[in-house]
Order: sequence, then structure tokens, then C-alpha cells
Amino acid sequence: MIVRVTDRGGVEHALEALDGWRVMEVIRDWGLPIKAECGGACSCATCHIYVDPEWLDRLPAKSAEEEDMLDGCFEVEDNSRLACQILMRDTLDGLKVTLAPG
Amino acid sequence: MPDGQSQNPIRTDVTIVGAGPCGLFAVFELGLLDIKCHLVDILDRPGGQCAELYPEKPIYDIPAVPICTGQELTDKLMEQIAPFDPVFHFGQMATALSKTEDGWWRLTTDMDTVIESKVIVIAAGGGSFMPKKPPIKDIDAFEDTSVFYAVRQMEKFRGKHLVIAGGGDSALDWTVNLQPLAASLTLVHRRDDFRAAPDTVNKMRQLVASGGMTLEIAQISGLEGSDGQLTGVVLKDKDKGEWSIPCDMLLPFYGLTMKLGPVAEFGLNLNENLIPVDTEKFQTSTEGIFAIGDINTYPGKLKLILSGFHEAALMSQAAHRIVHPDRKLRFQYTTSSTDLQQKLGVA
Repeated sequence: MIVRVTDRGGVEHALEALDGWRVMEVIRDWGLPIKAECGGACSCATCHIYVDPEWLDRLPAKSAEEEDMLDGCFEVEDNSRLACQILMRDTLDGLKVTLAPG
Repeated sequence: MPDGQSQNPIRTDVTIVGAGPCGLFAVFELGLLDIKCHLVDILDRPGGQCAELYPEKPIYDIPAVPICTGQELTDKLMEQIAPFDPVFHFGQMATALSKTEDGWWRLTTDMDTVIESKVIVIAAGGGSFMPKKPPIKDIDAFEDTSVFYAVRQMEKFRGKHLVIAGGGDSALDWTVNLQPLAASLTLVHRRDDFRAAPDTVNKMRQLVASGGMTLEIAQISGLEGSDGQLTGVVLKDKDKGEWSIPCDMLLPFYGLTMKLGPVAEFGLNLNENLIPVDTEKFQTSTEGIFAIGDINTYPGKLKLILSGFHEAALMSQAAHRIVHPDRKLRFQYTTSSTDLQQKLGVA
């Protein structure tokens, strides 16, 4: 399966992903710039992404903890998510996201 | 004598940069070899990432500890190293490293603490925790004159028109504490919900209700002013659009992020902000300077706390040869060695 990631320069990358991987881990594994300081514990707010609006409804809802952590991000929008909180699965094949500034 | 006021440099065996789990455990391994340590950390308490990022989160991969939180691990390590009387210099950043004429390493902090030692151990994890800076154009030009990421002296803010941004404890605590001094105060947060302590949030809401301050649900999108002097901030909201509010000073509180910082200027070889080391001694490109934990790199490196503990043990053997060159290293077990047990205060 594929995650389509637009970097901060506007270039789209089609990244091969594996079932069960966090979107943050896919981005990090392919070497795109994402800090992800806490390693996926929803504790640092340094893996902020924007999810393409057409994919938003297909994602599991944000937890209260993720919403709290987004307070530590800048330029937060309605489609803001933390990439460590989205796990890849069949139904997300082709997911389109954009790296937030930072 | 308090830090920064000592007339003479402190002299010790080893200076450890970073008081996270690996730096703390290094005190233990070095202590068993009769090596004394001072530790410098930018945070105001021990634990590093365990204390700052996930104090309440469970850790499951510490050998023989099926579960503990980041804070519990820190507390246990502090208990374990207590017999060795480590000296901590908290709230300080290691800023410069040089060599003295007589061959000691001289480490200086941003609070002018000077520590001279035979060995330096860099256990700085992902770097220094520093405030997150809003990605706003030209914000650098206002820093330290109109934009502040911390409050060192409250008096500086007396009589000023303040904007505080954020929704956590720092933002809310300073809102409540600075409001009586300020000429006006506006709290800006992206949503009408705050993760700060409920009691402080209630106090803030009372101040808003009584007209003592203003709450704006928005995000900061720009700054107004010139020559380092702020005259206003631009706010934006997806429904209300953009508008600006006048102010003299802005205090953004969005939490901390890790930056390598001055360690990059210590003259060590770096590889993508990590410090390459050998896997025998965990020594850097410079003799007498070691790097352990998340900040180092070598073939097969895993950023695990348990790996950092192993690195601390091997580093200590090499450090012993530098600190006590005249002594033969005797390998002993804590289970059976009366000598080690005396050092630990249990025999």
C-alpha cells in the first residue's frame, strides 16, 4: 500500500507502506523530514501533518490526547493530525497527507 | 556556592552533559569505579525525555522491569545513584568546551558555571530541550526585546500590553501571574479548551469574566512592529479571518522541542546531528570525550534506554583508564564484592 506525502517544498512522494505501520514511521523510514521526537507516544507534537480532506472521514477519530497535543503545533487546521496516531491499513491505501511547517 | 557565582572552576573526575536515564546510569557505573560526576542539564529536573515528554507513559522494555513510567524510571535511577553523590547543575545549557593548559576539559554553561574534569560524557539524547518557536516570518528580529519564550523577571512585563499564546500550564500559569502587573493581557489559543490545570483555567476564566483580561480563540499569523519593538500581533481564525491586536510583548508557550545546540560546536565529528563513536569505549573522535545514549551513532545502533545503559558500562571502563591511570581495573560483581557493596552503602 501507498501513502502520498507532500513535503514542505510541495513535492509529492509515493511511499510504500506496510500494514500496521504508523504514518509517522513510514515518513521517517523513507527519510522525509519529520522530527517525531517521542517516537510515537503522542507526547511531543512534532509529527504534525495535514490530511487531504477527501481522506479525513476514513481515518479513526482523534483521541482527546491527540487533540491536546495539537496545542503544541503551529498552523493547526481542521485537517491537522499527528502522523504517529494514524496506523496504516487496507482502507487507507493511497492516503494523501502534507507535512506541516516546523 | 550557587552556580554561576563560584570564584574558581569546579574540578571533578567526569562531567556528564545530560541527566536523562543514560546520564544517570553512567553515574552508577562510574561510581563503582571510584569516579565522581557532575551533571549539567537544561531541564530543571532529572530524567530527560522520560521526565519531559512521557513522565506518565508506560515503558515495557527495561530488563526485569515489566512496566514503569518515565517518571518512575527516573526516580529509581536517582535512588540507585544516590550513594555516589552526583552533583547536578539543572536549568543550564552546556555552551562551550575547551582544554586547559594542564590537560583538563573545561565545560562552561550559559549560567557561567565552569566545570573542569578529566573526562566528558555527552549523554544529551536528542539535544537540549528548547522552546518551540512559532514559524512566523521575522520573529527572530523581535526575540529578547519583544518576544520571550520564558519569564525570568516578572518586572520586565510590568505596565506592558501582553499577548500570551498557548493552552498548557506555562501559558495559563503566566497568564494568571502576569495579569496583575500588565497594562493589558490577551491570551491567544487555538480552541476554547485548555489542557492546563483546571484550577488555573478557572482563574483565567474569572479574569476574563471580570474584564481583567481578554481571551482570543485564534492562532497567531504575523507580527507588527519594527526595530525589534512589537506594536501588535496578527491573529487568524477560519471563520473570522485575520485581524490584529496591539501589544508590546508576546510570550509564546507551545512546549519544548529538542535541538542539538552548542554541542555541535564542541569540535566533534558529527553525522546528521549524531556523534559517531566506537563500540568498544563509546569514545568520540576526540580522546577523553565519550557519547552514550540517543545522541551517539554506530553500526547497528538502536535508540533504546537499555542500549544506553550498556554503553554507559563500557564507557566507564575506558574512562577509568583516563581518570585513574595508575590503578589496575578490577572487574567485580555487586553480588559478591564487599568493596562494591561498601560503595553502595549496603555492606
